[in-house]
Amino acid sequence: MRTKQMLLALLTLLVCSSLMFAGTVSGKVTYTGTPAKQKPIDMSKEPSCAKQHATPITVESVVTGPNNALDNVVVYVSSGAPDDGQVPSQAVTFEQKGCQYLPHVLVMHVNQELKIVNSDQTSHNIHPLAKVNREWNKSQPPGTAPIVDKYDKPEFISVKCNVHPWMHGEFAVLSTNHYDVSKGAGDFKLPNLPPGKYTITAWHEDYGTQTADVTITGNETKEVNFTFKAKAY
Amino acid sequence: MRFIGAILFAAILGLVLAAGFIARASAQEAPEVGPQPRLVLKPMESHIGNITGHAADGKSDYRRYCAGCHGDLGDGNGENAVWLDPKPRDFTIATFKCRSTLTGTLPTDEDLYNTIARGLTNSNMPIWNTFTRQQRADLVAYIKIFSPRWEKEKAGDPIKVPAEPPVTIESIAHGKALFTKLECWKCHGPAGKGDGPSAGTLTDSKDNPIRPYNFALGKDDSRFKCGNTNQDIYKIFMTGVDGTPMPSFADVIQPNDAWDLVHFLRTLQVNRHGKETEVLSAAHGVIPPYVDKSPAPVAPADNKSPGGGGQ
Repeated sequence: MRTKQMLLALLTLLVCSSLMFAGTVSGKVTYTGTPAKQKPIDMSKEPSCAKQHATPITVESVVTGPNNALDNVVVYVSSGAPDDGQVPSQAVTFEQKGCQYLPHVLVMHVNQELKIVNSDQTSHNIHPLAKVNREWNKSQPPGTAPIVDKYDKPEFISVKCNVHPWMHGEFAVLSTNHYDVSKGAGDFKLPNLPPGKYTITAWHEDYGTQTADVTITGNETKEVNFTFKAKAY
Repeated sequence: MRFIGAILFAAILGLVLAAGFIARASAQEAPEVGPQPRLVLKPMESHIGNITGHAADGKSDYRRYCAGCHGDLGDGNGENAVWLDPKPRDFTIATFKCRSTLTGTLPTDEDLYNTIARGLTNSNMPIWNTFTRQQRADLVAYIKIFSPRWEKEKAGDPIKVPAEPPVTIESIAHGKALFTKLECWKCHGPAGKGDGPSAGTLTDSKDNPIRPYNFALGKDDSRFKCGNTNQDIYKIFMTGVDGTPMPSFADVIQPNDAWDLVHFLRTLQVNRHGKETEVLSAAHGVIPPYVDKSPAPVAPADNKSPGGGGQ
C-alpha cells in the first residue's frame, strides 16, 4: 500500500516536472521580395456563390499580413518529437462555402477523421490530388451528408473542385500533433515540447519548405523565424 | 634527391586518393540522378475466372507491346508518350479509369483484364484481342509490379448494380431532373454535348487538359471508354473516372435513381437507336417535367450548418 502511494507520488512528480519543463517554439513567418498579385476571382458562372461575397475574393495561394508577414504556412516538428501515435479523437472540418474552401490550409494527423461539408447551394466535387495516399473524387450536391474520410500516410495534398476551377485548398497530413498554421502577423506557436533537439519545418504551398534546428533545455520559449523568398509569378 | 622524389610521389598519391575519396563521398550525397534503380520483378498474380496470371510470364509481352507508351518503369513515360493525348496510364500511382470499384480503390483483376481486351476509345490504347486470355491475365499481373499499393491493398469491392427496371417516359423524366439537380450539365452541357460552362477549364490529375464526354457525337456506342452497356454507364458515374474530373456519385444517388439517370443519358445519344429512344419517340420526343411524388426532401440532420450557404 505504502509503495503504491510512493509510486503514485513519484509518477505525479514526474508528470508535473515534465509539464514544468515543457518548452515552446514560437516565431514569425515572413517573406522577402514581391509576391505575385493575388487576382480577384470571377464567380459570375456561379451566381449563388458570387452573391455571398460583397467584393470578389482573391486567389489564396499567397496570403500576407502587415510587415511582410506570411500566413497559411504550416509549421511543425518534423523530427525530434517521436509521434506518440495519438490520433486526435475530434474530426477536422473542411467547409465549402461561397465556392471557397474554409480553411484554405487544413492540417490533420494521420488517420484523424476528416469531415467535408458543403454549405453551398451548388454541387461541388471534392478532388484531393493525393499521390502517396489514395486519390479519390466525389460529388457533393447541396444538402447531402458530410463526406467522412481519413488519410493513412503523411502528405501535402492539393484539393480542387473540377466544377469550379478557382477553388483550391491544401490538406497537410502530418505524423505529429505539434503543428501550427501561421496567421495574422505570420505568428506561430508550438507549445508543450519536452527538453530535446528538434527540427522544425515550415511549409508553404508556393514557396516550398524550410527547416530550422532548435534545442529546448527546460521551461523556456525559443524564437525561430522563417523567411521565404517570394516568387513574382 | 631520390628521397625528395619519394616524398613528392607519396604526396601526389595521397592527394589523388583524397580527391577520389571526396568525389566518392559527394557522389553518395548527390540526389538520385542518372540510371534508375533496376525494376524488381515481384511475384504478382492475377485471377480472372479460372485463369491465373503471373507477372514473370507477362514481362516479355509488356516490354514488346506496352512499354513503348507506358514505359519500361510503368510510369507512363514511354518514348511515344509525348505524342499522345490522353496520356498513357501511369501504373506507378495505380489510379485507373475503368473500375467496378469505388473511387480511390484498386480495380479488380477483371476490370483491368476487360480494359486490355476492350481498349480505350478516343485514346491510343488499342483493342488487344490478339492476345490470348492467358496473355492478358499475365499482363494484368505484370502491371502490379509497378506500384506498392498492390502488395498492401486489396481491390475494392465491386459496386452492386441492381437489375435494370423497364424504361418508361417517367424514368427518363426523373433521370433528366437528376441530370439537372446533380449539375452534370456544368461539364457535359445541357444537351450532353460536352459544352457546359466548366468544360473548358477541366484538367486531369496530371494537369493535362481534358474534355468532358460528348454524348451526342457518333451513331453508336463505340465511344464509351469503359464499356457500352447500360450497366457500364451505371458504373461510370457511380464509381467515377479516377484521375479525371469525373467524380463518383455513389454516395448521393440511390440505385434506382441511378437507373433513371442511365435512361436519360441514353436519350442524349441523339443518333443512336435504342429502347430509350423508342420510349421517347412514343412520347413524341417530349420529356415531361418530373413530378416528385415523395415527400419534400429535407436536409439531413447531420449537415453541420443548415442554411449556411446562399443566405
